Amino acid sequence: MVELIQAKALIPGELQGKLIISDEPLSFWGGYDPATGEITDRRHPLSGVNAAGMILAVPFTRGSSTTTAVLLEAQRVGKAPKALLTRGVDPFLSLASVVADELYEQPIPVYALQENDYLRLTSGDLIKLYPDGSLKVTSVG
Amino acid sequence: MDQAKLDGAYGAGVEMAMRIIVRMARILDAEKLIDIEGAHIDSSLYMGDATLEFAERLVELGAKVSVPSTLNVSGVDEHGWQSWPVDPLWAEKARRQMVAYERMGCNPIWTCAPYQSEFKPVFGQQIAWGESNAIVYANSVIGARTERYPDLLDICAAITGRVPAFGLHLTENRIGQLHLRLKDVPVELQAEDSFYPVLGHHIGKIAGESLPVIDGLKHVPKEDQLKALGAAMASSGTVGMFHLVGITPEATTLAHALGGGDAPTTIDITREDLTLAWKELSTADGEDLDMVVLGSPHFSIAEFKQLVPLLMGKKCHPDVRFLITSSRAMRALAEGSGALDVIDEFGGTITVDTCILTTPMLPPEIKVLMTNSAKYAYYAPGMLNTQVVFGSLEDCVASAVEGRVGRDVSLWSN
Repeated sequence: MVELIQAKALIPGELQGKLIISDEPLSFWGGYDPATGEITDRRHPLSGVNAAGMILAVPFTRGSSTTTAVLLEAQRVGKAPKALLTRGVDPFLSLASVVADELYEQPIPVYALQENDYLRLTSGDLIKLYPDGSLKVTSVG
Repeated sequence: MDQAKLDGAYGAGVEMAMRIIVRMARILDAEKLIDIEGAHIDSSLYMGDATLEFAERLVELGAKVSVPSTLNVSGVDEHGWQSWPVDPLWAEKARRQMVAYERMGCNPIWTCAPYQSEFKPVFGQQIAWGESNAIVYANSVIGARTERYPDLLDICAAITGRVPAFGLHLTENRIGQLHLRLKDVPVELQAEDSFYPVLGHHIGKIAGESLPVIDGLKHVPKEDQLKALGAAMASSGTVGMFHLVGITPEATTLAHALGGGDAPTTIDITREDLTLAWKELSTADGEDLDMVVLGSPHFSIAEFKQLVPLLMGKKCHPDVRFLITSSRAMRALAEGSGALDVIDEFGGTITVDTCILTTPMLPPEIKVLMTNSAKYAYYAPGMLNTQVVFGSLEDCVASAVEGRVGRDVSLWSN
């Protein structure tokens, strides 16, 4: 099944990838290993999943101010998700992408979704992002 | 003047910082930029080469802070890391990052409890603070106004003196959105230090993105209890501010905290909820113990004074390490009060500038930690790959003496 979703491209991009999604917010500090891309928060449903090179959707970031630094470091070594989807605007993830652009000219696309659209996504979906904020979702199920 | 900063009239460092501020203002849909009067910089934390490159780039471009700015914890205890198995290469890079922020003109207080320093902000002041626990404290307990600043944005705010007008900077966003009512929680429990981190842990989990209003507290909490409450909420949740009815300055009454309106949602917090939250803060269930660690947020002089009588005449078990993380300023006060001699005599040690979560300093044989901090308890299992036991300060000391975990569970059982 193919669906089109209109989101807000906070940091626009154009790419395609496989989705990993959770309803649980995530702190990248203490929750994401920038050297490997593994989600390491042992209390999080995605604990143990590797998000490097995937499209990662979390509703928002939780906890520490250091989430931005961890994501920036992951992007520097090539272990960040290839794009990030959130429910609403998350300053922490957007900032990491802005700084990755400033320092390395490698921003990470960040898209803010409406809550009802967010709920329609499932892990494993194939997602294509467009610079105008639209997403083409091909669901596996 | 904003445009001039953006055009490079104030130098390339200001230009880069301003470009980041303006890009973020657009992403956040902020209508305008506003002035700030101070900043607390969490970006000083070394998280790998990216954070060091960012800091050194700003220094190289001549950036200096334009408002009084303090530094959060760093990646290493600058003068004491050698007593722990810290990789010298890490220590060197973390130290370089410390120097970079000092060169930009920040005050090197190196603490995650800046609200217990002489640089504490005042009610109503617009500030840009990083460090989740400090943000909650500044907003909630002091009534200063800061959004939850991510690392790297705090320093851009400090350099430019400008921030997007968004989030908790704005009066309308400081109104309580979730009414939390303590129900049948015994007053004796409310007076216990460990009640606050447990309550905070629970609230962080249920508050989501809402601003919680806590109602029904019968005990007037001490400063360090409020500190523990906020730190716990900001670990398990996204909370950047809370109201405590009758205690915090923007919550003189429930109606005041709710901005005169009704709470969209009311949730009761029962003793059972808190018992569950208390259980959840521990991941180990045996008696094995390798280390007791206190001081997240950094231990205050009042906490040192509370600890001293518990340690007097006792000795830490030889198989257990006993560590307190604090700031240089608090360590100096503790030294003056004689507390350091008592800690030394007991067999404990102190680390300053940093903590066990921000410096990879623990030897690999440390498998089980015990702490009275919900923040340490929350993060240690994922970040340090250790198991953790949450207990009161008294439990922590008694367990360190016995060499095995022992807790007084009577408060938490029904």
